[in-house]
Amino acid sequence: MSLTKAERTIIITMWSKVSTQADSIGTEALERLFASYPQTKTYFPHFDLHPGLAQLRTHGSKVVAAVGDALKSVDNISGALSKLSELHAYILRVDPVNFKLLSHCLLVTVATRFPADFKAEAHAAWDKFLSIVSSVLTEKYR
Amino acid sequence: TPEEKALVIGLWAKVNVKEYGGEALGRLLVVYPWTQRFFEHFGDLSSASAIMNNPKVKAHGEKVFTSFGDGLKHLEDLKGAFAELSELHCDKLHVDPENFRLLGNVLVCVLARHFGKEFSPEAQAAYQKVVAGVANALAHKYH
Repeated sequence: MSLTKAERTIIITMWSKVSTQADSIGTEALERLFASYPQTKTYFPHFDLHPGLAQLRTHGSKVVAAVGDALKSVDNISGALSKLSELHAYILRVDPVNFKLLSHCLLVTVATRFPADFKAEAHAAWDKFLSIVSSVLTEKYR
Repeated sequence: TPEEKALVIGLWAKVNVKEYGGEALGRLLVVYPWTQRFFEHFGDLSSASAIMNNPKVKAHGEKVFTSFGDGLKHLEDLKGAFAELSELHCDKLHVDPENFRLLGNVLVCVLARHFGKEFSPEAQAAYQKVVAGVANALAHKYH
């Protein structure tokens, strides 16, 4: 699965707006993840996960930065996220189902903030892109 | 919880069932094109704009959202409320229940888009519970 030219254009165009709110989008996506899917908190026993706290913000911005990195190297997402892929495979070992959950929460966050831009084609492009990122992050699992 | 029910029902009261239903079904067909397999008789589904403007898609989306809204009146017994529809989707329509989960998430995205900040993490969490409940209820009579 790879993005068509049209899909790339849509995402890159939207990214110029999304990246201006990168930190808060990442944080909100994580808040939504933990609210809707409490089982995901099991991966963060070492964090204080109350909304608004620093740890959540830092981690949220890390996540969105990684998505941005993937976009910069959209022809070689595998290469761009190789270290992260190893981290998730060997150290974090986050169950693959959770990437779908976080991707969904990122989509919801983007939809709440950019309703006019989040047309059906944009929704499809983002869903596909996040799905590709998720596959890359789990490709070394076994 | 009572608070979650209040959130869900409160927000649903502001939903334009006709418009948002059509949008949700359309987005399902655009974002997950394999779901078009159930709607070959709907005519032109050849592009995102064809799908989003297709009158049959809009009409059917409205039907689905109306049913969903009715279900919200029976949050205590979703399985009972959706029993007949469940049999229909299994025996006549032959729809893989995974599709209900996909549509549920699309519904959440549509609400997010229309309600913005009002669709808080708590509101989303409540809706995720409801759409999961409805999806399970629709799958319940499968055999």
